[in-house]
Amino acid sequence: MLFPLYWMVNVSLQSGGGAVATPWFPAAPSLDGYVRAFNDQGHNLVTSLVVSLGSVVLSLVIAAPAAYALAQFRIRWATWVLFGVLITQMIPGIVVANALYSAFSDLGLLNSIPGLILADSTAGVPFAIIVMRAFMGSIPPSIVEAARVDGAGQLRAFVSVVLPMSRNALITAGLFTFLFAWGDFLFALTLTTTEDVRPVTLGLYQYIGTYVSDWSPIMATAVLSSLPAIVLLLVAQRYVAAGVTGGAVK
Amino acid sequence: MSTRADAGTLASASGAAARQSRDGGATPPSRDGRSGRSSARTKARIAELAFLVPALVYLVLFFGYPVVKNVLMGFQEYTTKTFFTGEAPFVGLDNYSAVLSSSLFDKALLNTVLFTAGSILGQFVLGLAIAVFFRRSFPLNNVLRALLLLPWLVPLIASAAVWRWILDTDYGALNRFLGALPFVDGNPAWLTSTSLALIAVIGVNIWLGIPFNATILYGGLQEIPEELYEAGALDGATGWRAFRHITWPLLRPVVTVVLVLGVVYTLKVLDIILGLTNGGPANSTQTIATYSYFTSFKEFDFGQGAALGNVLVLLSLLFAVIYLRLNRKAVDE
Repeated sequence: MLFPLYWMVNVSLQSGGGAVATPWFPAAPSLDGYVRAFNDQGHNLVTSLVVSLGSVVLSLVIAAPAAYALAQFRIRWATWVLFGVLITQMIPGIVVANALYSAFSDLGLLNSIPGLILADSTAGVPFAIIVMRAFMGSIPPSIVEAARVDGAGQLRAFVSVVLPMSRNALITAGLFTFLFAWGDFLFALTLTTTEDVRPVTLGLYQYIGTYVSDWSPIMATAVLSSLPAIVLLLVAQRYVAAGVTGGAVK
Repeated sequence: MSTRADAGTLASASGAAARQSRDGGATPPSRDGRSGRSSARTKARIAELAFLVPALVYLVLFFGYPVVKNVLMGFQEYTTKTFFTGEAPFVGLDNYSAVLSSSLFDKALLNTVLFTAGSILGQFVLGLAIAVFFRRSFPLNNVLRALLLLPWLVPLIASAAVWRWILDTDYGALNRFLGALPFVDGNPAWLTSTSLALIAVIGVNIWLGIPFNATILYGGLQEIPEELYEAGALDGATGWRAFRHITWPLLRPVVTVVLVLGVVYTLKVLDIILGLTNGGPANSTQTIATYSYFTSFKEFDFGQGAALGNVLVLLSLLFAVIYLRLNRKAVDE
């Protein structure tokens, strides 16, 4: 299962080995591949980072209030909204891209960071709504009521009571939203055509599309493109696991 | 999108169904008279709806609009010209007849079916085996389970890049390994021969899908109470019999969700195929999804691309409905 990942790291550390058999172990590790990867793809990595972070912010801002409303307010058609959210998972990205291309073209959003953020959030928003709704459903209404009795408005109660309590759910949703946007390939492929705005996934695709004479920079890019995800997961793991309401109701 | 969206979606979807919106004490107690009360209530109601509006707007713009637009585009002559003239004349069913009668469509449909069925079968069987394996406790269980997730976190296109080099005919790791075995001769051209490319692509997709299947199924297995196995063991149900009569029936709801989501996600896979073979050689790995992509974004015939996209949507809806139907019956009985 893990061999391909080992191979990725191994090849990325081999020094300028042309298209010949790569040694099984990086006996003489070299960072040449990484240097070239940074030179060629550094800009794309930054683009990916900006787009992914933007997508996290946008998704959470849109999804958190909706998740709260669906979990706690008495809305008769809430089930339908939720059903709609689940149905969105069945819509292929290519269908979304097909329609967005012409719309983005009219709106001047092709080859733009905001355009990519909006499109990449199509994975994050529904997911974040579902994850956070499940969590927010377990917040006892009495806590919010207490805040309301103290004179806080609906929004105030949400921001100062619900959101802090939902920290772990927010982190979980944010983490996955980041991963979706970071790994996005389809929207990068269809909605960007110039080099100015090009996420690293597309950079990698174009790397392997050309005649390959040296795999080490390619694998170095692959490693670099995998790192944020792995680091994030390691860092955020404890938030994801911990239960939060436990300490709030006494 | 890959299957990585599913884990959380799935885990919470089951919980979501059980939990309905509760009386959240949303309307504040009003201190005014009757008319004051109703206007305060309306106000509170509007304040509540304001929480949902951004999400509804987003969903309509980025899912509702594309679906409607694709249905329309499917009936339109929508090409590069459209971007200059702004005209997209309606042409009835021309796009569909053009697409469905093309020789590539049959091939793409067959490939889609083979790709989906092969991927799901492999992912599910191997994922289940791994999930069952991790059920018993042994040292490093947790660490290994976490490591197993790693392939899931790597961007799909990065995985595709690695596999491309592993499967390389002349210098790839796989063929070098096979070459070292005594009973293998020849250098299989995994990604460049028309007879092997689809198999190779399916193999890689299975590898990608195992973590998802194993994780969800492992979660499902954890829910099955240990006592059942103890009781079963007293009646002589161990090993395979225990699996057939205890594990499998109780795991069924989770299995359903894993399979339905798996198929829905596999039908639309694009990254892996484009990254590994670009649909080639000679269209031997072209699926409806990649065909739709090439039609829209390489040939710039958005009308026909939309028609293909709509076929894809119909396929996944059809599958989901049929499968849920069958399964409901099986559960009811």
